[in-house]
Amino acid sequence: MKKILILGAGTAGTMMANKLYRNLNKAVWEITIVDKDENHYYQPGFLFIPFGIYQPKDVIKPKKEFLPKGVNFLINEVEKINVESNEVFLQDGTTLFYDVLIVATGTTPVPEETEGLKDKLWYKDIFEFYTFEGSTNLAKKLENWEGGNLVINLAETIIKCPVAPLEFTFLADAYFTEKGIRDKVNITYVTPLSGAFTKPKTTALLSKLMEEKNITVVPDFYLQRVDNDRKVLVSYDEQEVPFDLLISIPVNKGDKAIQNSNMGDEDGLNFIPTDKHTLQHKKHENIFVIGDATNLPTSKAGSVAHFEAEILTENILSYINGQPLEAKFDGHANCFIETGYGKGTLIDFNYTTEPLPGKFPFAGIGPMSLLKVNRANHYGKLAFRWVYWHMLLTGKKLPVSTTMSMAGKIVEA
Amino acid sequence: METLTLAGTSVDVNAEGYLTNMDQWTPELAREMAAQVNIELTDKHFEVIHWLREKQREGVQLSIRKIGNSGLVDIKQFYALFPGGPLKISSKLAGIPKPASCI
Repeated sequence: MKKILILGAGTAGTMMANKLYRNLNKAVWEITIVDKDENHYYQPGFLFIPFGIYQPKDVIKPKKEFLPKGVNFLINEVEKINVESNEVFLQDGTTLFYDVLIVATGTTPVPEETEGLKDKLWYKDIFEFYTFEGSTNLAKKLENWEGGNLVINLAETIIKCPVAPLEFTFLADAYFTEKGIRDKVNITYVTPLSGAFTKPKTTALLSKLMEEKNITVVPDFYLQRVDNDRKVLVSYDEQEVPFDLLISIPVNKGDKAIQNSNMGDEDGLNFIPTDKHTLQHKKHENIFVIGDATNLPTSKAGSVAHFEAEILTENILSYINGQPLEAKFDGHANCFIETGYGKGTLIDFNYTTEPLPGKFPFAGIGPMSLLKVNRANHYGKLAFRWVYWHMLLTGKKLPVSTTMSMAGKIVEA
Repeated sequence: METLTLAGTSVDVNAEGYLTNMDQWTPELAREMAAQVNIELTDKHFEVIHWLREKQREGVQLSIRKIGNSGLVDIKQFYALFPGGPLKISSKLAGIPKPASCI
């Protein structure tokens, strides 16, 4: 039997297991997937937990429910990949051999990377919401918090779901307003980027929203350390921002196994050099990388992993049949952005086209508005949870195009 | 496309003043551009600038963190050399495009 080994059973790895199982000759190929956690988390839901909109039970299901019966599922931690011998070493001492390796080990927040972040104020006055533990702890904090300086800070520019910190900020504004204490809360959004976002048209919309909601944006602030005693953020060029409650988006890093295997790029964040169109490893042709684990210049997001999975399935089938890798990923990302009070907006973009206004066609559902704040986009975001559990993870066809389409988009002359 | 005339030569720049052809770059041009933002280029500045140009040719996506890991300067020194927005400023002086962000 020939072996396909998938490291990581998150969104990307689970989709790949389903798609490959459906498409490969089972008499020839055996698929194994490894993950350290038996639970699958609906990560977009972490955003809603701090505000009591989602409960913990809404975001957790056993991973094995989403994997085909014929795929071997090992619950174990990956220690190291040996690219020379095509072997993967697991923590319990098992060695797995592969003919084709798919690395889908994702990314995690690493607060330890920043001096003073995970210190005496951690989970007391400093929180993150990108993990189950962080978002549930923050929910308890917000319930009883009486106000002060609320600061949202991105410690790095390369983070999972780059729109989530903005959504958190908008939802916090609505949450404290509805609680009747918004006048006691100063909200400041502190970012290493030059504005609320990077692409001009989206930044224009988001900056306007920030202003309307009375949120101060501090741009070009690259966090060096957190002073716990004085409760201030200090940047590399000695700017300071005081906080009473800090919501940190810590430095994101790829899996430790990538570091152990010396497979990361020069950022030192354990993201793997990957061909941005074929998703093949830059040096080893029998290794492919998908989802947050890559160093591709696009968002680390579930929609990206979904579009990549369509491309990667084609390319892996081509690879094992000795054909050229013809499917090309275009960097397509598609994100609903919650803006609070039951409204949201939608952006759709790729490597070369920034998010544009207009309409986004969903086959069978109808067009949604791009770069416009309305209720339909909020319901779209909520409906996505059902789509995620029932269609996306198991690799069913979704009514959206894999490559970005210009249909409906308005290009100004 | 616009044209910028500095240090006796004309170079093509975009609306934000970044060179559109990195091969038109010269050290003299960098010195003149730096003077406009009140930076006097030292050998250390040039080490960083040459490193950026080399990485750009290799197709590497540049970041402040990569420069901090380069062994040339740490992030704090990088800020001291190019105050304000060090990556944006140094890229402009190196004659390479403004670093693209992923989002």
